[in-house]
Amino acid sequence: MATTERDEISGQETTGHEWDGIKELDSPLPRWWLMVMYACIVWGVGYWVLYPAWPHMSGYTKGVFGYSSRAEVAADIGAANDARKVFADRIASADLETIRQDPKLMEFALAGGKSAYGDNCAGCHGSAAQGGKGYPNLSDDDWLWGGSLEVIQQTIRYGIRSGHDETRDSEMPAFGRDEVLSKEQIDQVAEFVLSLSGQAKDAAAAQQGAPIYAEQCVDCHGEKGQGSREFGAPNLADAIWLFGRDGDSIRAIVTNSRKGVMPHWQGRLPETTIKQLAIYIHALGGGE
Amino acid sequence: MNIEQVRTDRAALGELFALPAVALVIAIGVAEIVATRDAVMTFHAGLLVLAAGAAGLWLLLRRMGGRAGEHEAGYNHAVVRAGVIASMFWGVAGFLVGDVIAWQLAYPVLNFDLPWTNFGRMRPLHTSAVIFAFGGNVLIATSFFAVQRTCRTRLAGHMAPWFVFWGYQLFIVLAATGYLLGVTQSKEYAEPEWYIDLWLTVVWVVYLLVFLGTLFKRKEPHIYVANWFFLAFIVTVAMLHIINNAAIPVSWTGTKSYILWSGVQDAMTQWWYGHNAVGFFLTAGFLGIMYYFVPKRVERPVYSYRLSIVHFWALIFTYIWAGPHHLFYTALPDWAQTLGMTFSIILWMPSWGGMINGLMTLSGAWDKLRTDPVIRMLVVSVAFYGMSTFEGPLMSIKAVNSLSHYTDWTIGHVHSGALGWVGFVSFGALYCLTPWLWQRKRLYSLRLVEWHFWISTLGILLYITAMWVSGILQGLMWRAYNSLGFLEYSFIETVEAMHPFYIIRALGGTLFVFGSLIMAYNLWRTTRGDEADETIMHPEVASASALAKLPAE
Repeated sequence: MATTERDEISGQETTGHEWDGIKELDSPLPRWWLMVMYACIVWGVGYWVLYPAWPHMSGYTKGVFGYSSRAEVAADIGAANDARKVFADRIASADLETIRQDPKLMEFALAGGKSAYGDNCAGCHGSAAQGGKGYPNLSDDDWLWGGSLEVIQQTIRYGIRSGHDETRDSEMPAFGRDEVLSKEQIDQVAEFVLSLSGQAKDAAAAQQGAPIYAEQCVDCHGEKGQGSREFGAPNLADAIWLFGRDGDSIRAIVTNSRKGVMPHWQGRLPETTIKQLAIYIHALGGGE
Repeated sequence: MNIEQVRTDRAALGELFALPAVALVIAIGVAEIVATRDAVMTFHAGLLVLAAGAAGLWLLLRRMGGRAGEHEAGYNHAVVRAGVIASMFWGVAGFLVGDVIAWQLAYPVLNFDLPWTNFGRMRPLHTSAVIFAFGGNVLIATSFFAVQRTCRTRLAGHMAPWFVFWGYQLFIVLAATGYLLGVTQSKEYAEPEWYIDLWLTVVWVVYLLVFLGTLFKRKEPHIYVANWFFLAFIVTVAMLHIINNAAIPVSWTGTKSYILWSGVQDAMTQWWYGHNAVGFFLTAGFLGIMYYFVPKRVERPVYSYRLSIVHFWALIFTYIWAGPHHLFYTALPDWAQTLGMTFSIILWMPSWGGMINGLMTLSGAWDKLRTDPVIRMLVVSVAFYGMSTFEGPLMSIKAVNSLSHYTDWTIGHVHSGALGWVGFVSFGALYCLTPWLWQRKRLYSLRLVEWHFWISTLGILLYITAMWVSGILQGLMWRAYNSLGFLEYSFIETVEAMHPFYIIRALGGTLFVFGSLIMAYNLWRTTRGDEADETIMHPEVASASALAKLPAE
């Protein structure tokens, strides 16, 4: 039988057992500890009475409050919608230009557009709409498909090469890959394209590239390389380049082509949100 | 025939029977290599064959050398020594990977655009390395040490403890290389695929048998409290592991499998597992460590036997209900959410029972906090335990959770528990164990323990304060509406706002890694028997009694 002893420091009895030199005191449970534990249990039981808690064969105890988190989230979303309702309804019925003329509506549309832009568009076009390689800058006045309110709205709605029936679509041929032009011809036409923005280094090659350009490129990019919004063909005569402005980048595109894709937002964002986005992007600085 | 002879004969017979088992494992491995078209499976089956081949070679060499059945008498300290070395190794590795991914979050370019170093693969590598590789080895080593000493009998089994040790290392290597090669079943803290899970099941069952066998042949009339916690940890983790990993492989020769549960049932099973991995692996198991090492090092009796009984049963009864608090405001039914929340609150005091018993064991010996940095480490770990087990129930209140969920606050909470509680109590245990196991008079340097303590504490504080601020800021930004009824911030703006805190967190992590390197150095010098020339007094610790040999049986 184990013999208990009294610990001198605490004055408490031990349990009389010893394991590898370790003994245990027989101190009572701390009173405050026990009381707080009981309080937590009482609180828990109270909560079970008030809220959905215990499952049984045919369902679960619903609780006195009849609480449901689905109802709660529906109410929250409803309240947020109600808060926006007055303006949102007017945005839905007004045309884009009317919205732009009405300061109150405009303020609302810009706020909604900014919010939607941040979570849906910034991933590609940048948090300040500055764009990046392959992703157009939306805050300048250089537009591939056009920069008026209606055109921007259409681009957002249907996307570019998005697979939507109404999508904006065009395709530049892969002149090198499909063996339309030889490597030498590509070098020449690239040099000519560089000359359009005053960057050509080899005037002779550029001159040889001119007839090739006239034959193959002019239909979409225009005589002076000014581009065409009908095909979303970029302006080649300015300083703004989607995929790079150096000779290597241009040769790569002429050889293999490039086609950026923008998803369509119809069906993913409400029509009023698309309207607000169009107004927001139009107002970033380059709207026409 | 004397008892030693019986034991040797039995062990020799065991070694003989182990050979066919090794041959079977090799056969399975070779069959996989021949049949599979999955490169990772080939690699893993190759590792299995190598490991089994090494085990077979060891057995054969012993037979040929006439040493079959040979074993040390007295306590089995050798396997614990191996566990200490493995703990230190995996600890440093796991902390380092954690710090790398902390820097990746601040500077994503640091993933070098390589699939193997991507955050998505490195993150499970980190969590598994620290929880299962570091924590698991610490638990195996300390439980093997404490159970035989508090039962006053040698660890059960001749080869079994070594199978547990090496089998567990193989599990770690299979899991870790699998993650880096993209093999995962995408369940948090349960990422290893089906065949690795099966292997762990075998290892774990043997672990349970060794532990039970040792308890069974104990020479003490009662089972010490630390062993209750270790046993609860081993049994519950077995149950959690098997149920949460119930999966059907697409093919026996492929790595991919599908979990048996689907939808919200799968989510609930996963977080029943995930939460109780915290509750039984990182809490119950490490409380076992605390219950042995704190009274041992402090040389004071455990504060209250009654408290240990009540909080033990309350803890294991309550913990198992709390999992749904990981799934608030999801498709999980409201009633389950309620139960998760209320049991999380009820869990508060059962958790704190361990803290009270740990801290109050120091009563009458508080002065040792000043003189013995190892005790300081153990005590601070208990303080962090108390803090995280208060923070946990707090975050389980639905209203608080609606702010904290999915934010960095959760990460901070986990790390105050992981770095502060699990890390420090493990460090304390390793600092105690190393001189005992290698039979050294003292640690190489207590001054280095001081440095380790302060550098790591500073690291933890930087980590958790940065995550508190960033988590609450993040939660508030996510829910902020402007006056027109639109979300005030886009997601990317909230990410941008986190950047400075991610840097502070990564700095804290760097300090923690640095501290662990100091520890590794200190322990290494200790094993060599070096003693730094120090004016500070090394305490007369329990080492003398710990070195006592097992009395003759």
